[in-house]
Amino acid sequence: MLSRLPAGALRNVGAVVGPRFSCSTSNARLVSRARFASTSSGSSASSAFESFINSRATLASVTLFTAGSIAWYTSLYGTLPFIGEVHANSAADEGLHPPHYPWSHSGWFDSFDHASVRRGYQVYREVCAACHSLDRIAWRNLVGVSHTVDEAKAMAEEVEYEDGPDDQGEMFQRPGKLSDYMPPPYANEEAARAGNGGALPPDLSLIVKARHGGPDYIFSLLTGYRDPPAGFEIREGMNYNPYFPGNAISMARVLFDGLVEYADGTPATTSQMAKDVVTFLNWAAEPEHDERKKSGLKAVILFSALTAISLYVKRFKWSVIKSRKIIYNPPADKSTH
Amino acid sequence: MGALANAFYNSVVKRNSVYVTSIFAGAFAFGVGFDTAITSFWDSWNKGKQWKDIRDKYVQDADS
Ligand code: HEC
Repeated sequence: MLSRLPAGALRNVGAVVGPRFSCSTSNARLVSRARFASTSSGSSASSAFESFINSRATLASVTLFTAGSIAWYTSLYGTLPFIGEVHANSAADEGLHPPHYPWSHSGWFDSFDHASVRRGYQVYREVCAACHSLDRIAWRNLVGVSHTVDEAKAMAEEVEYEDGPDDQGEMFQRPGKLSDYMPPPYANEEAARAGNGGALPPDLSLIVKARHGGPDYIFSLLTGYRDPPAGFEIREGMNYNPYFPGNAISMARVLFDGLVEYADGTPATTSQMAKDVVTFLNWAAEPEHDERKKSGLKAVILFSALTAISLYVKRFKWSVIKSRKIIYNPPADKSTH
Repeated sequence: MGALANAFYNSVVKRNSVYVTSIFAGAFAFGVGFDTAITSFWDSWNKGKQWKDIRDKYVQDADS
C-alpha cells in the first residue's frame, strides 16, 4: 500500500514511520506527480519479488514440488502424459479400432432417428432378446419414443409376469403392464452362462456407454465377423471377430441379410439391422439424449449472453476508475521554519 | 436516445411496483419466446426424425 503512494506524500509522516522516508530526494518532493490509478509502481515491491524468485529456498521448494508431482502422477497412473509410448500389444489384444460412422444422432443438434429406434427395437426383440436382457427399459419407456401407448400395452400384455402374493399368499401369473420391465431371457446368470457355453451375454441397457467406441464399436462387432486368418487358433464354440478384444468371442454372428421383416419396407440388410439395433441400444443407454441436446443448446446461448453482458457491465463500471488520474500538488516548501 | 431513455424511466423504472412487475412479466415472455424459437429451430433441423413426425403412421384411433 505504501509503495503505491508518491514519495512526497509521505514526507510528513516520515518522522513517525522511520528514517527511511525522510531521506527522499528533494526534487521528487517538489515535482507534482500524476499517474493512472491502474498503473503499478514501487521499486521496493519489484525488488522483493526479484529476491524471492532468486532465492535458494524458492528453487529448492519448486524442485521438490515438481519431483513430488511427477512421482505422485506416475505412481497413480503408471505413465507420464504427452510422452509417446511403444506397446508390444497388437490389435489382436485390444481389438481392432472401429471406424467412426456418421450416426444420424451424432451431431450437436441431432436428435435420434426415431424410425430407426423403432426398427432397432424390432431387431432387439426378434434377435438379441433370445440371449440378452434389457433390464433398465420398461414398456412405458417406449411410449412416445418408438411406439404408441396402445402398441406398448399390447406388447406388454403378450408377456406373463409373476406377481403377488395374493390373499392366500400365493404368487400368480398376470399379463404385463406398461410399468413392467423387459422380460429377461434367462432366469439367472447361471442359466445364461449354461446356455451360452460358459459366456454371459451382458445386459444391453447400458452397453453403448459401457464399451470404448460406443455405437461404432457395437456396429463393427455385429458386422465384423469373418474367417480367422491363417494360423489363428480358435477354440471350439468361439468365433473370430477382429473388433473384440482377444478376437475370439462366444457370441456367433447373429445378423444375416433378410433376418427380420421391417414393417416400413426398409430392406433388412445386415448393416441396416446392425445400424438400427445400435441406434435403439444407444437410445436405451441415453433416453434423455434428445432433451439433453436441446437444453444444452439453450444453456449455451443463455450463458454466453450472460457472460458477454457481465463482461460489458464490468468494463462499464470500472471505466471511471481505470481512466481517472490522481494528481498530487505538494504544498510550497516551508523548510525554513 | 435521451428522450427514449426518459420515456423508459418514467413509464417503467419510476415506480418500483411497475418495475418489478415488468421484470417478472419480461422474464416470462422471454422464456416463452426463447423456448418457442429454439423448439422451432430444433424441429426443422431434425425434420422427419422425431417421434411426432412419424407418429401418424402408427396411431389407430384419434383419441390415443
Ligand atoms: C445366441 C445368443 C446371442 C444372441 C442372439 C446375441 N448375443 Fe450378443 N452376446 C452373446 C454372448 C454369449 C456374449 C458374450 C461374449 C463373450 O463374452 O465372449 C455376447 C456379447 C455381446 C456384446 C458385448 C461384447 C463385448 O464387447 O463384451 C454385445 C454388444 C452384444 N452381444 C450385442 C448383441 C446384439 C446387438 C445382438 C442382437 C443383434 C446380440 N448380441 C445377439 C450371445 C448372444
